[in-house]
Amino acid sequence: MELFFQQLTNGLTIGSIYALIALGYTMVYGVMKLINFAHGDLFTIGAYLGLTLLTALEITKQFGTFIGLITLAAMVCILVAVIGVLLEKIAYQPLRKAPRLSAVVSALGASIFLQNAVMLIYGARVRVYPQNILPSYTLNILELHIPIVRVLIFATSLLLMIVLYLFIQKTKTGVAIRAVSIDHIASKLMGINVNKIIMIVFIIGPALGGSAGLMVGLYYGQVNFIMGWSYGLKAFIAAILGGIGNIPGAMLGGLSLGIIEALGAAYFSIAWKDAIAFFVLIIILIFKPTGILGERVAEKI
Amino acid sequence: MKNKKIIDVLICVALFVSPFFLNMYWTDVLVNVGIYAILSLSLNIILGYCGLFQMGHAAFYAVGAYTAAILNVKYNIPILILMPVAGIFAGIFAFIIAKPIIHLRGDYLLIVTIGIVEIVRIALVNNVFGLTGGANGIFGIDRPNVFGFIVKTPFHFFYLIYFLLSITVLLFSRFENSKFGRALVYIKEDEVAAEGSGINIAKYKTIAFVIGAVWAGMIGAIFASKMTIISPDSFNFWESVILFTIVLIGGSGNIKGVILGSFLIIGLPELFRDFASARMLIFGMAMIAMMIFKSEGIFPPVRKIYKIAIK
Repeated sequence: MELFFQQLTNGLTIGSIYALIALGYTMVYGVMKLINFAHGDLFTIGAYLGLTLLTALEITKQFGTFIGLITLAAMVCILVAVIGVLLEKIAYQPLRKAPRLSAVVSALGASIFLQNAVMLIYGARVRVYPQNILPSYTLNILELHIPIVRVLIFATSLLLMIVLYLFIQKTKTGVAIRAVSIDHIASKLMGINVNKIIMIVFIIGPALGGSAGLMVGLYYGQVNFIMGWSYGLKAFIAAILGGIGNIPGAMLGGLSLGIIEALGAAYFSIAWKDAIAFFVLIIILIFKPTGILGERVAEKI
Repeated sequence: MKNKKIIDVLICVALFVSPFFLNMYWTDVLVNVGIYAILSLSLNIILGYCGLFQMGHAAFYAVGAYTAAILNVKYNIPILILMPVAGIFAGIFAFIIAKPIIHLRGDYLLIVTIGIVEIVRIALVNNVFGLTGGANGIFGIDRPNVFGFIVKTPFHFFYLIYFLLSITVLLFSRFENSKFGRALVYIKEDEVAAEGSGINIAKYKTIAFVIGAVWAGMIGAIFASKMTIISPDSFNFWESVILFTIVLIGGSGNIKGVILGSFLIIGLPELFRDFASARMLIFGMAMIAMMIFKSEGIFPPVRKIYKIAIK
């Protein structure tokens, strides 16, 4: 039973990271009907930028741990968002009217480009985050040892998701984003600047993805240039699991996938850990292709 | 029109005599181009004609290669006899996985086929049934034996592979104009209209999957015997991405385009080997640029006009 709860907290931590990345996928898919394959690499860039800022500027030493980390996260988010917007302008905007598959190839090209750009800049070897940035004590609740890092990651992700949810539901821009997901032309007729909305989506998504990258760097202490690929794919599965285009769905999907994976690795087989997400994907697509909460895409299956 | 044909013939002749003038390295590059051309042509049936977003073609290729490798190493069956066997195994595998997923819409199919190729790779690494040799793979696979002549050097392989490529092109261009081929294009253009015209969509899509897989499986057997050693790394997701890109950059549904695509994507980067590390960076940029400036590929599929005899 102890193992079960230990894995559950582990799953929630990693799941909240999946959820943050999945939000980027699901929002882009919502407004553009495009699987943004480069999103995983934006996540990697977030992790590496965090590393650079930590080691080169020593932010945490200058401002103290708490304020330092917040500044760091804000800087990473802004930088990754800039890259995200550039990505959209260069690789996707010219392809709005092209066949769907052309945009997919462009996204794959962008992914290859970003991945290799990171490799050329930082080298192909695993890079290690500086130690002792985060407080390392563990919480002891009912014989459970929960590292405080997990709690911090989970709480931060939850906070970001709640803010995003309120933004999408309550603000005028949020309504516009939802409108564009349903129908580009009708939104244009209602006076919504579709290009601007897509740009906003490419600010929010990469910013969340970049912050997830920073969290992974701080949590696991090491980063490599291809890690965005597996995290990205699993996060996309999480988005489908919750219902693509559906923002609460991405959160639910991410957390569920994290828990399933952690429990599966503990009770089923650690060697098959990376395949679990794909089995989940196949099962969900066979039995409920619209995901747990249903997709928010105006198209029939 | 006539000039175009002459140019095509000249290019073919030049290609067929080229190994006499090239060193071993470049002949080997051409062999690889040929293998990818055949694989891409098999994917072209699924992705190009039928318009199914299949990004897991390496899985079929892997099933074929491993079937041939296991049977060859364990029972010493010659590779060329195993070629159809490998094809059949890949076909059965494709049939089983296509059944539940074939109805999925575009992007869902794309992501699920990525899932399948990853599951296959992880299964191979985990040494399922104790047959696949885990992460190290299988080694000691025989070279192909054509009526007592052992195909060994790149020079030999060149003629074997391009012979197979010629057969593939011949068969597939016949296929393109057959009733079945036309039905696939119809499904791609308009699924509802195709169904309304009495085409059993699920059946045709499944058959397209199986044909593509059989062909990929057969070439997998040849690949295994060319390398004499295979490991799960040869069949990872990026292989599927490369095949997918070849078909779309060359021009999906166009045989000539797909072959040209193989030359561009497999052959061309070899010219820039000096830039080794920046090569993939340029490759990514080229993919984006290509899609922006020529989003239907270099040779877009030709719209065909069929004359129907109306009484």
